[in-house]
Amino acid sequence: MVLIKKRLKTRLVYKMYDLIIIGAGPAGITASVYAARKRMNFLVISRDIGGQTAWSGDIENYTGYQFISGPELAAKFEEHMRQYKIPLKETEEVEDFRRDGDGFIVKTAKGEYRSRTVIVASGKRSKELGVPGEKEFKNRGLTYCATCDGPLFSGKDVAVIGGGNSALDAAIQLMKIARHITIVTSAGSLTGDSVMREQVETSPLVTVMNNARVAAVTGDKFVSGITIVKNGLEEKLQVQGVFVEIGLTPNSYFCTILEKNQIGEIKVTIQNETNVPGVFACGDVTDVPEKQIIIAAGEGAKAALGVFRYLIQNPLHG
Amino acid sequence: MPKQVKVYSTPTCPYCIRAKQYLKENNVTFEDIDVSAHEDAGQEMIQKSGQMGVPVLDIEGTIVVGFDKEKIKNALGL
Repeated sequence: MVLIKKRLKTRLVYKMYDLIIIGAGPAGITASVYAARKRMNFLVISRDIGGQTAWSGDIENYTGYQFISGPELAAKFEEHMRQYKIPLKETEEVEDFRRDGDGFIVKTAKGEYRSRTVIVASGKRSKELGVPGEKEFKNRGLTYCATCDGPLFSGKDVAVIGGGNSALDAAIQLMKIARHITIVTSAGSLTGDSVMREQVETSPLVTVMNNARVAAVTGDKFVSGITIVKNGLEEKLQVQGVFVEIGLTPNSYFCTILEKNQIGEIKVTIQNETNVPGVFACGDVTDVPEKQIIIAAGEGAKAALGVFRYLIQNPLHG
Repeated sequence: MPKQVKVYSTPTCPYCIRAKQYLKENNVTFEDIDVSAHEDAGQEMIQKSGQMGVPVLDIEGTIVVGFDKEKIKNALGL
């Protein structure tokens, strides 16, 4: 009797979902809309809503919208999802998931959830420099979002780390705000689009340092400088702001049971299956060629339909 | 008495938009302070929070950095 009670309790705590979707960017949200329309019993767990779309500038290649801003398109996605009253755990991050009987246990800092299947749609995030001082000075002068935090550096000397499009985009935004901008890139020259390159290179406010590597971020309470290594020599640069724009890395660290490629992207088949039956993945976190909002959305739809088929083909026993 | 709430934000940051949306959903009136338009407000925010990331919420003296739903909920007594 006692034993039965205990088992009942466990069952109540761990409700079994058909599907858990990890992430609520274009891929995760589209998957959730498809899952809702297939009347699946599911849950979405995500750190944020909109993913990288919410951070994007102007979008001119999402069919149906000739022009829309990133935050606006993200709001449209969210509105679409909310229409279906989808259960959503927001600001919750998945730490791990593993196989458990007929399904999986998904673990976050706040709890554990059980599900027959999982869709990983956790996208990508800004790459970190991995140098001393980076963690300590995050949000204390060091930031990964020029669009968000740029205005706080009005009249200040700042450094942008990186030489690609996102670094140039940050530098161009900061040209209207900061006093001086130093672009520090490990490459031999800037690599972004030529239109943006010209804009930056002809600005009297910008200095470009090629073949240079950031070795440390320094300061007291806030950033006061960075240490740069160039041609084997160390030099200090006095700046109050550091904008890290060195590209993206997939949010796949919690997918310990999944097979990934050398840059950490989850390997998927054309049907969005991973190496583990019952686990599907879609969008920027996967090795799908081309990372685009419209592609992520389409992949999300494919993953949800794949799950639907999987659930029919693999009914629960008992 | 409704609590005095200030939101230090920039118009372009997604977490600022979400934080303000959350307050609206819960019928919380707040003062929206755009730190990109007012440099002094930016300094005030840095002083209060000891950091430079947006959004920052001042809920009757309780400072919440970022869109931290739980902390906001607790500070508001929701």
